[in-house]
Order: sequence, then C-alpha cells, then structure tokens
Amino acid sequence: MSIITEITLIAVVVSIACALPGVFLVLRGTTMVSDAITHTVLLGIVIAFFVTRDLNSPLLLVGATLTGVFTVWAIEALQRTKLLGDDAAIGVVFPLFFSVAIILITRYTGDIHLDQDTVLMGELAFAPFRRLTIFGVDVGARAFVTMLVILFINAGFIGLFYKELKVTTFDAAFAAAIGFSPALIYYGLMTLVSLTAVGAYDSVGSILVVGFMVGPGLTAYLLTHELKKMIGLAVLFASINSIIGVRLAFALDSSIAGMIAVVTGTVCLIAFLFSPKKGLIKNTLTRRREREAFDRKINEIN
Amino acid sequence: MWNQILTLFSDYTFQIVALGTGFLGLLSGVIGTFATLKKESLLGDALSHSALPGIGIGFLLVQSKELIVLLAGAAISGLIATGLIHLMSRKTSIKFDNALSLILSSFFGLGLVIMTHIQGSSNAQQAGLDSFIFGQASAMLIRDVRLIAIVAVIILLLVCLFWKEFKLFTFDPDFGRTLGFSERVVALTMSTMIVLTIILGLESVGVILVSALLIGPAVAARQWSNRLSVVVIMAGVIGFISGISGTLISSIGTRIPTGPSIVVVLSGFVLISLFFSPKRGIIAKQSAYRKQKKSIEQQLQVLKEGQGK
Repeated sequence: MSIITEITLIAVVVSIACALPGVFLVLRGTTMVSDAITHTVLLGIVIAFFVTRDLNSPLLLVGATLTGVFTVWAIEALQRTKLLGDDAAIGVVFPLFFSVAIILITRYTGDIHLDQDTVLMGELAFAPFRRLTIFGVDVGARAFVTMLVILFINAGFIGLFYKELKVTTFDAAFAAAIGFSPALIYYGLMTLVSLTAVGAYDSVGSILVVGFMVGPGLTAYLLTHELKKMIGLAVLFASINSIIGVRLAFALDSSIAGMIAVVTGTVCLIAFLFSPKKGLIKNTLTRRREREAFDRKINEIN
Repeated sequence: MWNQILTLFSDYTFQIVALGTGFLGLLSGVIGTFATLKKESLLGDALSHSALPGIGIGFLLVQSKELIVLLAGAAISGLIATGLIHLMSRKTSIKFDNALSLILSSFFGLGLVIMTHIQGSSNAQQAGLDSFIFGQASAMLIRDVRLIAIVAVIILLLVCLFWKEFKLFTFDPDFGRTLGFSERVVALTMSTMIVLTIILGLESVGVILVSALLIGPAVAARQWSNRLSVVVIMAGVIGFISGISGTLISSIGTRIPTGPSIVVVLSGFVLISLFFSPKRGIIAKQSAYRKQKKSIEQQLQVLKEGQGK
C-alpha cells in the first residue's frame, strides 16, 4: 500500500469517526462544548502521560476521555450557578485547563515526543509510520486501528441508542416525560466526543477535531430534513472531504489535517449557499417571492 | 525569592514585557466586559482563531514579518470570519454555535495550510511566524508595547466618549433604537474595538488563549458589583494585574510560557470571585439558603407548638 493511500485511509476513518457524534452535536447546537472538550482532553493526555510514561497506553485514552467528561460537568456546574452566561462558562473552563496543559508540556516534557505542536496540530503525514504490533505482528498504523475501534464504538452507540438519541435531541422534555434521561444520553454522547477527540489528537490535532465533527454534520443538515439521511450524508461528506483534502495537501505540500478542515469548510459553505432546501439563495428567493406576492395582494385590495 | 523579584522589576526586558501584557490585560478587561455582557464572548474565540490565515497571507504578500501588515491581515480575515458567522446564523436555520465552530476550525485549518506552506519555502524570514499560535510575550519589543499603548489609549478614550451609547446598546438595544441612535454604527464601533483588542493580543498570548483575556476579567468583576462603571474599571484592573503577574511567574520559573500563566492567574481571580463574592457568590448564596431553610423550620416548629396547645 502506498503512503498516500494509507494516509487517505486513516483520514477517512478519522473523519467518519468524528462525523458520527457530530451529527447529534449539530442538531443540539452544543458544538462549542465539544470545542471546549477537544481542547481540555489535552490536559488529560498530559496527566495520563505523566502517570504511564507511555503515549501508547490505553490508560491514556481512558484518563483523557474522563477529563473531557469532567469538562462537560464543570461547564454545566458553572452554568447552573447563573453567575455567568452560558457561553462565558465555556470560555472560562477550557482556557484554564488548556493553559495548565500547555504549561505542563513546556515545563516538563519539552524534549520527549509530547510537544505542543504535534498535540495541537497533529500530523497525518507521520501517522503511517507509527505502527501497532500485537504479539510481534504488524496489524497496521496505530492511528488507523485506534480510530477504527472508536468508529465502531460510535456507530454501535448510535445504533443501540438511536431512538433515545433522537427523542432527547429533538424533544428533551418529551423524552424526560416518557422516562428517558436526557442528561444520561447527553453525557453518553459527550463521552463519545471526548473519546473521539483523544483518539484523533495525534493525527489531526486537538483544534481541528471540532471541524471534523461539525462540518460534515452541518453540510448534511443543510441538505436534508431526515435524521437517517443526515447521518448517511455526513458519513459520505466526511469521506469525500478527507479524500480531496489529502490530495490537495500533497499537491501543495502543506498540513494535511488543515487542508481537510479547509475542504470541509468550503463544502459546507457551498451547501450553505446552494442547498435547495435551506440554502441562502433559496431562502432569499423565497422571501422575495413572498414579499412580491404580498405586495400584489395589498395592491389588489387597494 | 523576594530579592529575585526585586531585581526582576528593574530588568529592562521584564519591564517592557510586563508593561505590554499589563496594558493588554487592562484593555481586554474593559472591552471584554461589553462583549461578555452582550453574550458574544465566544465570538472572540472564533475571531482569534480565524486571524491565523490573515497573518500568513500578510507575510506572503510582503515576504517579511512587518508587524503592521501581519496584524492588518489578521484583522481582515477575522472580520471576514465574523461576517460569515453572522450571515450563516441569521439568514438560515443554522445555529450560532454550529456556524461558530465550523468557521473557527476551517479558518484555523487554512491558517495551518498557509503556515506549513510558508515553512516549506526557502524564505529565512519565516522563523518565529508560528509564535502567533501560542504567543510569545518574551519577544515583545518596545515598539510593540508602544503600539499596544497607543491603541489602548485610543480605545479607552472611545469608550469614555461613547459610554452612554455603549451602555444603552449592551442592555437595551431596542430602547436605543427608539431613541434614534443607529444600532449599526454602535455595533460596528464595538466589534472593531473587540477585533483590535484581540489582534493586539495575538502576538503575546497567541490565537488560542487570547479570548480568555476578554472573558475572564469581565466574569470576575461582574460578581462584585451591579454597576457597569464599577465592573468595567474592576475588569480593567484585574486584567492589568493578571497580565503583570502572569509575566512575573513566567519570568521567575524556568520554561513557563507567558500566555498560559496569565490565563491561570486570571482563572484564579474568576474562581475566587465566583466563590467568595459577598452578595452573589456561591458560598454566600448557600449560607443564605441554609439560613432561610433554618428560619422556615423554626417557623414551622412554632406553628406546630401552637397547634399542640
């Protein structure tokens, strides 16, 4: 397998794994909480690294995921006090965690391979060289295997709790009335978001992950009204975006994850402009037609 | 320890950097209060992330690290991003949060693409360009501090001059419109000031953490008073102190970056204010709640005894 094929494959798996929980984040409009999570799991990664001294340890994954969940809890606790706005609560929590993480990284780990650039920006180009060997057998690039497992976990969660996710997303009060706990499902979803962010950090870095989550979901949201179609479209766009992104990045010799984020944004902007259902042009035309019809009626009356 | 601090204060480099970060904290405290009260604080986060491609393009255009050009580029791309976010969230059914995170990450991605592209080129000038991502306060020069000071003075004067208008549009824009003020002009002035503040902070604190400077002082100051003037002044002071103490910590310790340590000090102010503010604070509220519960229980007790007789 050539390097570029392998990178494309990893990128596609990472993108799909991110896009799946992203669909529900987009529908709930809580994407900035996930942005906070993707920043704060860094603290979890750093602390877990100090404990295990091994970047490949599964304990790292667990510890960092827990930090993400803790972030959600901290933000909600702050929001409940009503002492500050909902968005300010997000803006207070994540810079603190993130700053502590950056201080720890620069102070203590400067010369080992946990440096701030890789953690924040990730580098897909190196992903194929980090192999995973089990009992001496090379089973593939580590990022690929990890993200494939996370992809299956995400798909499994959505498959198992599809009904619950749907009802809590669209009508939380009704869900609570018929006995589903919206909070439980929300935390479940946020755990997936943290897990995915942790898994993806070394290939795409912790800032761009949020784009990988929101972009495909938002594009799909603009094109359909049906949840199942939206999930399908999000997966489709995630794959297309990453294939185009990898090609372009190789052509221009630039950051791969960055390029995928750019493609994702561009595709979403195109959908925003031209979507036949909810696009800007369609909306403007409809509004103009309605205004003209209204004016005509007024004229008739006069 | 104290000796070390004293010698530090007479150190020229420290004076420059501390003055710069102090002014920056003061300015972002004042401006951040308006942004936070209007619940637009996360917009600052999007703005700072999306400034990155502008810095890269600015560099590509002049092929050197001319600060003014880079900052102008940052401001332009930040404003384009803000415009896109508003367009998406107002004209279609896209939620504000979603538009924010999409634009934030795609612009940041574009910034990384341009930065990596520049790094691949042979221009030796490019070294240090990526310090904009994390900020590098220690690299601050006297001319940078002068720039910050001039812009800060202008912005603070503007705030004093348009105090009434800003106050009106922060709390009751509808009333402001009925009085005949142009909301568009006030809103534009305010966003321009937010953009300028963020752009000034990019070099020293970096694109990721600069938004924290806007939110933190405002949230902390808000807990101590209900008067806008008091909150704005307090936020400025808290920002100033955080800037200087953050710089101090990073100068005393070895290998502690300035931006993050400013944010940590600032978060300390926020947490203390949230917990210990005498009227609104978490502890004050809980003790008031407990007192109330006790008094109700006592009254119930009295009632019961009355019924027993």
